[in-house]
Amino acid sequence: MDQLIQQFFNIDIMVQALPTILRGLGMTLLICAVVIPLGLAGGLMAALASTARSRWLRWPAVALVDLFRAIPPLVLLIFVYAGLPFAGIRLSPFVAVAIAFLLNNSSYYGEVFRAGLISIGKGQWEAARSTGLTQRQTLTHVILPQATRNVLPDLISNTVEVVKLTSLASVVSLGELLHAADLARSVTYNASPLTLAAGVYLVLLWPVVRLLSRYQRRIAV
Amino acid sequence: MSNLDRFIETFLNGAVLAKYTPAILQGVWVTIELSILIVIAGTLLGTSLACIRAYRLRPVSFLIVIYADIFRALPPLVLILLAYFGLPNVGVTLSSSTVLFVILGLTLGAFAEEIVWAGITSTDKGQWEAARSTGLGFTQTLIFVVLPQAVRMVIPPLTNRAIAITKMTALGTVIGVPDILNQATTAQSFSGNASPLTLAAVAYVVLFLPFVILSRWLESRFAWKKG
Amino acid sequence: MSKTTTRPAVRKPEAENGGAAPGAGRPTLEVIGLRKSFGTLEVLKNVSLAVEKSEMVFVLGRSGSGKSTMLRCCNRLEEPDAGEILLEGQPITGSGVNLDKVRRRIGMVFQGFNLYPHLDARRNITLALRKVLKQSRDEADTRAAAALTRVGLADKAGNYPSQLSGGQQQRVAIARAIALEPAVMLFDEPTSALDPELVGDVLGVMRELKEDGMTMLVVSHEMAFAREAADRVVFMADGHIVEQGPPEDLFTNPQHESTRAFLSRYSYGP
Repeated sequence: MDQLIQQFFNIDIMVQALPTILRGLGMTLLICAVVIPLGLAGGLMAALASTARSRWLRWPAVALVDLFRAIPPLVLLIFVYAGLPFAGIRLSPFVAVAIAFLLNNSSYYGEVFRAGLISIGKGQWEAARSTGLTQRQTLTHVILPQATRNVLPDLISNTVEVVKLTSLASVVSLGELLHAADLARSVTYNASPLTLAAGVYLVLLWPVVRLLSRYQRRIAV
Repeated sequence: MSNLDRFIETFLNGAVLAKYTPAILQGVWVTIELSILIVIAGTLLGTSLACIRAYRLRPVSFLIVIYADIFRALPPLVLILLAYFGLPNVGVTLSSSTVLFVILGLTLGAFAEEIVWAGITSTDKGQWEAARSTGLGFTQTLIFVVLPQAVRMVIPPLTNRAIAITKMTALGTVIGVPDILNQATTAQSFSGNASPLTLAAVAYVVLFLPFVILSRWLESRFAWKKG
Repeated sequence: MSKTTTRPAVRKPEAENGGAAPGAGRPTLEVIGLRKSFGTLEVLKNVSLAVEKSEMVFVLGRSGSGKSTMLRCCNRLEEPDAGEILLEGQPITGSGVNLDKVRRRIGMVFQGFNLYPHLDARRNITLALRKVLKQSRDEADTRAAAALTRVGLADKAGNYPSQLSGGQQQRVAIARAIALEPAVMLFDEPTSALDPELVGDVLGVMRELKEDGMTMLVVSHEMAFAREAADRVVFMADGHIVEQGPPEDLFTNPQHESTRAFLSRYSYGP
């Protein structure tokens, strides 16, 4: 038992690692600030394309979305970070992370938005267009607000996944939360910094996860 | 050399592909085995816990919820590193594959528990009443009446989640599980060529795309029934 | 508020049951001093009722009069706050009772059918036979076939609920209940969810059950059917039984103000 506490909950080591880990947290938040808006924008595009009337737009969009849902994000990241340099394209870890996550997140957010768009009946389009709104106006003022509200829990749940996904950036040595903690672990030969990092993730995400469960239950009942 | 030649030379190099395909195929088997084990263990665990939660014994339910919350909130990679580097120091030595299986199985279990639980709670109250009125007990009603309907209801979201989590077997690379990605990165560094990575991506697409398409089909079928 | 522990002194059942012949033994189903509240709303205020063997008792009353709650208390889908319920003379309220054993002796038919959507008609019926009565597959299948024949659906054994009309679903639900050979059947608005043209089939099955001697307690708005088929009609208002008697008496010469008001609204109904 003592050993367990020594190894996983060593306060001294946690205190020692805290500054490094907080700096890592800063990087994690920075990644989130970049990849979440990018993913949402990309997802919206993907959703619009995959629900378009023209099949020349729809089919390639669906195919791309499915392709990037089939490839593990880590594979994508390593391909972008370690593969592209062979073609003379050398990217910083941050840019590599941004690109890989853009491709992955867009397809996941895209599926969520698509479900939202489908959930809005044709009547809303017809009503809005009959009042003289343009297609773009109808989309931004009538369809999207409703669609977003309908899939809000899924959007939030997917965002939780994106935040968790940022931990993959540690693999390409981008100094985010997990990378910082793992560095501290390898220096101290003690897992406590990782426990601390886990604690930070929990503080960050547990409230959201709880909220989602609550919300889900309210719909179910 | 034209740009296209150079591209093919770098990403689809025939000689490199031929040389490393066997290694990557080995990785494919590792990935498949782990995926199957994770899906079976995760769904069984999640479904059992959701059923136990149906009895609404406060302390038990509380523990289940804590478990499900933690494994849904934590990035699997954090848990994988924690288990892989932490446990040996307290005398528990697990192979990297075992660590990966345990952590991802527990992660899928957590999500499956939440999903199946949502299915159980959204099963019509009349089903419980009808079954109980014929003398079926609580457990019998749960197993023979409610669970079959709940499972049917939750198959689409569960499929999606299972795909997302089995894809995470790629994380095993970080701790040395000889999966597809691991074989590919090793081959890449030996060959000095990106083609093994291309092959890995293709392997993942071949493995997972059918399931992604299946999940899309399940979802549309589900949506039709509802409407 | 006291729970089931407070039992009023057992009164003579004859006191409250109008039409039953005296000396015929205990009634099949007896409700004595039933009380039930939802929060601050008192839904049942001391209700007592007895159903004799092979008797069909109709319970009428406006929605909110407590009639469905009373019915659901009879197999303890709702837990009464106070009062006693006896099945063939045995108390089924209180904590020492094996509820599952009691419930298979009390058939229930619901407004919304509540058939199991994942099982076909036969297996809707055999589930309880096999799991509760522990019958073999053959035994259960034979009994299910007999029950389906009784409700006129022998040819629908392999159909899933979604492939059946509302009236057929309700008849399968009735078959599910009678297959357990209950001592009494409870009907909770069995025709309210049906299209008008399908009501007749279900009522026809109920009439046949009565002719075969089934004991039935029915909550329903089918006035014409009540008048023609019921042995006794009970009128409930505001959590009380205000009046009861043979259907002819109650329909032609209602004594209580609320009965009259209720009947006048329905007198030209179906």
